[in-house]
Amino acid sequence: MTLKKILTATTALTMAATGAYAESHGNMANEMTLVSWGGAYQTSQQKAYLEPYLEMHPDVSAVWDESSAEAVAKLRAMSETGNVTWDLVDVTAASAIRLCDEGLAMEIDPDEDLAAAPDGTSAEDDFGDLMVSDCFIPQIVYSTTFGYRTDMVPEGAEPPSEICDVFDLETYPGKRALEKRPINNMEWALLCDGVAKDDVYDVLETEEGQDQALAKLGTIKDQVVWWNAGADTPQLLADGEVFMGSTYNGRLFSAIEEQDQPIAMMWDAQVFDLDGWVVPADLPEDRKARVMDFLKFATDTQRLADQAKYISYGPARQSSAPLVGKHADLGIDMAPHMPTDPANAQNTFLYNYEFWADYRDDIDAKFQAWLTQ
Amino acid sequence: MTDTAATTATPEDTGPMLAADGTPLKRSLARALRAQKMRALALIAPLLIFVLLTFIAPIVDMLFRSVENQIVSDTLPRTTLALKDWDDSTGDLPGDDIFFAAYQDIFLAAEAKTHTRLGTRLNYEFTGVSSLFRKSGRGLDDIGEVYQDAFKDLDKDWDKGAPWVELMGSDDFVAEAQAWEKGDALPEFELRDGMADLLPLTAVAYEDFARFQRVEEEKSLLKEEPWTLVHTMLFRDLQAQDVSGYSGPRAEMLKAADALVDGGELPPLDVRTTFEKIDKDWMDVDVWETIKMYSPNYTNGYFLNAVDMQKTPDGPAWRDDDERIYGLLFKRTMFMSLVITFSCIALAYPVAFLLSNLPARTANLLMILVLLPFWTSLLVRTSAWKVMLQQQGVINDVLVWIGLVDDANRLVMINNQLGTIIAMTHILLPFMILPMYSVMSTIPQTYVRAAKSLGATNWTAFWRVYFPQSVPGIGAGSILVFILSIGYYITPEIVGGTTGTFISNRIAYHISSSLNWGLAAALGTILLAVVLILYWAYDKIVGIDNVKLGG
Repeated sequence: MTLKKILTATTALTMAATGAYAESHGNMANEMTLVSWGGAYQTSQQKAYLEPYLEMHPDVSAVWDESSAEAVAKLRAMSETGNVTWDLVDVTAASAIRLCDEGLAMEIDPDEDLAAAPDGTSAEDDFGDLMVSDCFIPQIVYSTTFGYRTDMVPEGAEPPSEICDVFDLETYPGKRALEKRPINNMEWALLCDGVAKDDVYDVLETEEGQDQALAKLGTIKDQVVWWNAGADTPQLLADGEVFMGSTYNGRLFSAIEEQDQPIAMMWDAQVFDLDGWVVPADLPEDRKARVMDFLKFATDTQRLADQAKYISYGPARQSSAPLVGKHADLGIDMAPHMPTDPANAQNTFLYNYEFWADYRDDIDAKFQAWLTQ
Repeated sequence: MTDTAATTATPEDTGPMLAADGTPLKRSLARALRAQKMRALALIAPLLIFVLLTFIAPIVDMLFRSVENQIVSDTLPRTTLALKDWDDSTGDLPGDDIFFAAYQDIFLAAEAKTHTRLGTRLNYEFTGVSSLFRKSGRGLDDIGEVYQDAFKDLDKDWDKGAPWVELMGSDDFVAEAQAWEKGDALPEFELRDGMADLLPLTAVAYEDFARFQRVEEEKSLLKEEPWTLVHTMLFRDLQAQDVSGYSGPRAEMLKAADALVDGGELPPLDVRTTFEKIDKDWMDVDVWETIKMYSPNYTNGYFLNAVDMQKTPDGPAWRDDDERIYGLLFKRTMFMSLVITFSCIALAYPVAFLLSNLPARTANLLMILVLLPFWTSLLVRTSAWKVMLQQQGVINDVLVWIGLVDDANRLVMINNQLGTIIAMTHILLPFMILPMYSVMSTIPQTYVRAAKSLGATNWTAFWRVYFPQSVPGIGAGSILVFILSIGYYITPEIVGGTTGTFISNRIAYHISSSLNWGLAAALGTILLAVVLILYWAYDKIVGIDNVKLGG
């Protein structure tokens, strides 16, 4: 190749690239409203995704709205009034499926809209099975699992290590904190009532199976404190109100490592769930262009790995896992605190989205009636 | 008649009294009053319109959702129409025509992505419909793919946009479509004359397709191959119709396809089996019954759910015992609101009495103590009660420390009714104290003194003279506290556990979690009706005139 040809080629390439750049940055809104859960989780997103992005784009500004808990209802209301003010919404996978079903979230083309892994693996393969809905871009894998007070373990007994210890009031007396909804509790109850792990949802589909699960939960009902917010269990544990309780693993991590509470993790039968982004449907073009630009950046391999510096949730990309390092403040290795760590993930469940989309209303009605009896 | 009147009205003037300008006085007065009223109305008009638009209208709209049900017939227009004639009492599945209608409806709904929305809606009534619709949206393409492939193998043009446009569209439309350029508004599709008779089903399906491409996708028909639904319809039409007389554009292509269909090599159209293959739940009569039951545009289903009943083919029926919850919650909400109101009265009366009888300086200081918690965040106050009341909390610790309670048997004061009553009584107390205080401070001290000087004991003077005058304050405070507590949500959610939650907690759940807004609206409507009835009863028994918010 002659020098002239090379020069022409590179010039053409540069011009094409500049043109593309100008095109893609020409019509972007400079404001974004991001919706998340508040607390340590939102801080981790702020530090790992937003701050580096704003550094690269100084003219962009972003505001947070801490409304993820009511995201589905609010988005539906916004869409009905035709005034969607959010650009990117952090929701659990179950909510994302719901939003997608209702046509409130935009469908994503993973290979077009998301960045490939550094080794060239396409985004679709990199996220793999975790893309449970066409509208959902997973960020983290978290789990709902148990923690217990180490100083309240009865003398002579081993610390609890199995899910069925939750139902064993003889060996481990004391109160338990469980979430005030059927999801997860029903599965754990059946597991400890002799149902094989693979059969749990087949059993739970039937009336008898639901009654069986409630009957098992009934054996500890008067020792249960029911929680609504993820922060309840760490508080109940810290105050010594309960001996053991379920909550999100990141909350327990922060109580154990950051606040030095005498609490320990019990990973057995932890239930994996996903949290990630959805883009509201029918955004104006300029806002959509901006948010898709941010989304591509915020869900790349390095960004997801960075988030694990601030909170003990596993990055949703396979390629991010080896990059997980140390906690930003404590300097401890984060890998052993990830729910996906092999040592922790010996016996796990993945939240069954399809089952609960169907049965949630029905079983919830039964569960709530059972609670009030 | 007095003398003065006699001078203005002559004896023969027995008609109506006249004003100075000669119009009857009565009418003139009415006019003046009307003008005054209009002026007053004009003055309050901005506020009135504001309240109507921003307050009444949204509430009415929300409550209206408790009966709205258009989503079923909007999404499945053909199916709901066909189901009208289906007799569900025999226990037989609907006929093939209904399956065929459902195929068309769900196919179109899946293209518009509304089928999952309907699935969610019907899942409230029949568990499992949600995934049934989601699966069917994906699976129904299979039906038409057979025919699409067969036609395509016969002639590649069947799989392209332009030949279809030439066949189905009028000449005008074909010209417009060809002249269209990116950026212009897309031309509206117009069917070729006679096509509706020649290929009736295909024409309808293609028109749907054309409308969808124009409105939703904004793409030119010339570039878009039609849906597999259109191919299925073409197959059905060619089976039933004779196209040999057609001589318009693409006549050869159509006749060749007709020959293929008449040759009988293509598999017959069997929508029912495809539905069964997608999910065997479609063979469940109950699914079809549910769709039929919820076909009308308005339903009482949400209201039945809200009172622990359900719609069945034989009319409303009670739910199973283990699913009844709302009746209990309504009763509990009423009962606990009453308890909270009475405990507020008991606590607030002495405080208000003290405040109104102390010298102004001290009273003001005490008033600040009443108002200070009032100004503190609701969540902070509720969480503070958690710290106070829990088993390892302040009160229990003190009780254990002074030896009143054994360490192993600490009192349970939170996450139950007691917790809700204590926390809500505290939170709502200012709403009782303030109206009581403002009424009491207007009762003259002299009345009690007069009673005593006439020989009444302290108690008699209070009970016979002071108390009756303070009743309007109690009335006002009670109404405020009772109505506020009926709709309270956050405090019971935090400290109520399982036995201390209110109906509003379920309303909140259905608004924000289950998204069953219809049911939430029905529950809200019932709650509103109960409050209005109680208010009416209060008016009848006590009299609303007896309520005073201030002197």
